[in-house]
Amino acid sequence: MQRRILGRDRLIAAFLVGCVLFNYPLLSVFDRPSEIFGIPMIFAYIFFAWVLVIALMAWASEARSG
Amino acid sequence: MLQAPVLIAVSLLYLGLLFAVAWWGDRRADRGRSLIDSPTIYALSMAVYCTTWTFYGSVGRAAVSGIGFLPVYLGPTLVMALGWFILLKMIRIVKANRITSIADFISSRYGKSHLLGGLVTIIAVVGIVPYIALQLKAVSSTVGLLLSYPEIVMPHRSPTMSVAADISFYIALILAAFTIVFGTRHLDATERHEGMVAAIALESSVKLVAFIAVGVFVTYGMYGGFGDIFEHLATHPELQRLATAIPSGQGYTGWFSLIVLSALAVLFLPRQFQVAVVENVNESHLRRAAWLFPLYLLLINVFVLPIALGGLMHFSGQGVDADTFVLTLPMSQRQEGLALLVFIGGLSAGTGMVIVETIALSTMVCNDLVMPLLLRQRRLALAESKDLSGLLLSIRRGAIVVILLLGYCYFRLAGEAYALVAIGLISFAAVAQFAPAIIGGMYWRGGTRGGALAGLLAGFIVWGYTLLLPSFAKSGWLPNDFLTQGLFGIDLLRPQQLFGLSGIDEISHCLFWSFLANIGAYVGVSLLRPPMVAEATQATVFVDALQESGPIGAVLWRGRAKVSDLQELVGRFLGPARAEVAFAGYARRHGGRQGDKLEADARLVQFAESLLAGAIGSASARVMVASVAKEEPLSIEEVMHILDEASQLRTYSRELERKSRELTAATLELREANERLQELDRVKDDIMSSVTHELRTPLTSIRAFSELLRDDPKMHLPDRERFLGLIVSETERLTRLINQTLDLAKIESGRADWNACELDLKEVIEQSVAATSQLFREKEAHVDLDLPDNLPLIMGDRDRLIQVMLNLLSNAAKFLPPGSGRVRVMLRLLADGLQVSVTDNGPGIRPQDQELIFEKFRQVGDTMTAKPSGTGLGLPISRRIVEYLGGRLWVESVPGEGATFLFTLPFAPQRELAVGQQEPAA
Repeated sequence: MQRRILGRDRLIAAFLVGCVLFNYPLLSVFDRPSEIFGIPMIFAYIFFAWVLVIALMAWASEARSG
Repeated sequence: MLQAPVLIAVSLLYLGLLFAVAWWGDRRADRGRSLIDSPTIYALSMAVYCTTWTFYGSVGRAAVSGIGFLPVYLGPTLVMALGWFILLKMIRIVKANRITSIADFISSRYGKSHLLGGLVTIIAVVGIVPYIALQLKAVSSTVGLLLSYPEIVMPHRSPTMSVAADISFYIALILAAFTIVFGTRHLDATERHEGMVAAIALESSVKLVAFIAVGVFVTYGMYGGFGDIFEHLATHPELQRLATAIPSGQGYTGWFSLIVLSALAVLFLPRQFQVAVVENVNESHLRRAAWLFPLYLLLINVFVLPIALGGLMHFSGQGVDADTFVLTLPMSQRQEGLALLVFIGGLSAGTGMVIVETIALSTMVCNDLVMPLLLRQRRLALAESKDLSGLLLSIRRGAIVVILLLGYCYFRLAGEAYALVAIGLISFAAVAQFAPAIIGGMYWRGGTRGGALAGLLAGFIVWGYTLLLPSFAKSGWLPNDFLTQGLFGIDLLRPQQLFGLSGIDEISHCLFWSFLANIGAYVGVSLLRPPMVAEATQATVFVDALQESGPIGAVLWRGRAKVSDLQELVGRFLGPARAEVAFAGYARRHGGRQGDKLEADARLVQFAESLLAGAIGSASARVMVASVAKEEPLSIEEVMHILDEASQLRTYSRELERKSRELTAATLELREANERLQELDRVKDDIMSSVTHELRTPLTSIRAFSELLRDDPKMHLPDRERFLGLIVSETERLTRLINQTLDLAKIESGRADWNACELDLKEVIEQSVAATSQLFREKEAHVDLDLPDNLPLIMGDRDRLIQVMLNLLSNAAKFLPPGSGRVRVMLRLLADGLQVSVTDNGPGIRPQDQELIFEKFRQVGDTMTAKPSGTGLGLPISRRIVEYLGGRLWVESVPGEGATFLFTLPFAPQRELAVGQQEPAA
């Protein structure tokens, strides 16, 4: 029971993290014409954030031990 | 390789493969070994979200708005994090109530209303049919493109082309046939299509593989990787903006709106509801699908921007439509195999969407639009007919054909018009109107049928006015004045600057106004009056769906019905054979007797209604069951009473659980306490029996001597004095015995008083030796002391330790040989405490007796020959005292060479460090 609640809270946390990462104002910080490893900053940022959120969700869903 | 016969053959082969998979899936489902019982397949089936609008359209959107295509996939990612709550609840509700579509869901929630179900169906059809048209367009235009190979010619539709010569017409027909075979093989009470889901999952894999293949080819084949493509941008300054910024036309508001919109769409699009909720096999699949599905979306989007930029640079100035880049880039490089793979991928994306969407829509049209009308107008005729399951299937099949033909007509009408190009988001905005009614309905008990109707209607109208009609105007089907000057020339009514709201993109604009109207009307009207009986009942069933005690809907019915009537009714819609099986199964499960004359109870009626709901929708099922069951209407007070009782019952049962837990804990404590008591009792009994025995000996001697003195008054004085002396010493022994017994009992029961303080053990020993010096002098024994100075303090009770020392010393004195006795008392420093030893040169103690002497009333040695001079309690008491103080007391002895009693005591806690430093010196 305890573990289920923890998993639930982690998922909600992943949702909130995603909401913050994918929106203004954080988005505007990276919305600038510069590059990182030859890839436009905003493009790299969004995909990085996306991978991070999915990883968080996978962890929250799959982690067995509290 | 890309001629028409090859294309047709490959397409048909592919569809044949899908069909084979679907057939296999259905067969496995019939045998109870589900093919799709896996979270991965569940996630793949959710990927029906990605249509040709993704497969071809994302690149087109990226070519115009850069990364502006992404929020449509970020929204679903976010909502899946909450999927474990929202989707799980929807799945539970759908399974408990045999709901088969989103229209049924909403209608069921608000009191099984026909009107609501119909309205939702209309909104869905209006919003989705153009979307289906878009799929037809994509598939047919890719066929056109491939047929012109090796040239790359944008297919141009001539409006005058006859329907018979139009390839997309045949595509529509084939898809209709395919959908009919997939989706309406038989009527099922649960309306699940395992075969279809298996085929959709396969299609999702194919389209992902195809898209990534193109992406890799363009990025690494035509260019030298991501970095290379972005480097090439330097020579195309007009394109640079695409890759590096949020599109200015969209802005952060538009970006946010798209995230919200797509998050709602991925929940409420009819096809998503179908695969994610209705077709869900096992709700635990949700857990893994919650991140696998977003991962799929991420993978299918990685190469979108590179393909778009690559295409824009490659076809610069050649007039190639960016929507076709996915196909035209491989074609331009003469990659025929890859082009064919892309075509199959696009076909997968298109057919997958069309099949699922059409099945979902046809279910809605049948259950929530056609059946209610039929039931209303021809109820008599329907009631006469014996088996209606055939009719139901025909209605669904007809609906499928009609929906696809509507899609085709829209496609013919719209052609290349803006209204078709922009339909993806317009559709999303249409289904987003379901959100307040559904989410409100799942979490708020107060929502009413009137509120839901008003909200949906208001939202739908505002959506039509601010998004759909403007798209018509932009396509030239409405005068442009409508856009620029507003309805009737009223400036405030300009559809995309409604009431003067400007400065945001059209999607945000529509979302704001339609949600304001929708939510406002839903909440406002709901608050006008309290929910009616049916609404309150259903509200409880929906809102409490996740509670462990389960839905209580079955209780909320009171009436009379005959089993035979119900079975016949269900048989009319499901077929008599299926009905018979279902009822027999019910009887088995409930261990009930089966008899036609049996009155059906509320649960059976509920069961029949849910069977029917699967086939004809919940609202119609309610009407049909009411026609055979004489229901006595419950008043709202009664319903509320039942609901209150139910919730009270839950509270009580929780209370009861808590109490019982407390009781268990208390019982455990009680048992422990009881065991302790019994143990003490046993100890007491032991002592009592030993004590009585031990007391008898001195008492007997006292009595005997006293009697002698009484009976012989002429006894000589010396004898008299000797006897009196004996009586006195026996009395003393008796007193000592009683004192020590009490003392031991106190120590053992833990009630003894202890005055623990820091002590210098040396001083205690010296005091004890001084107190017993008389004893040793009487025996003419010599006492050696070996007591070093400056030893650390120990923690102890002074009087008790003196008691121990006196015991040991008097014990030694007792056994010393007369005249030549030697006693040696030593104090030694150990690592963790001090050790005291008392050594005598008496007879010693046999090894087998060395433990016995510490038992109560055990005296060894010369007990048989000589009268015991001790009480037999001194050593046990001493041992208990030492153990209580944290030390140990034992004896070492070789018979004939004397005995050494030793005990240890730990240091006082705060001195430990100091001891460690002193140790080498000692």
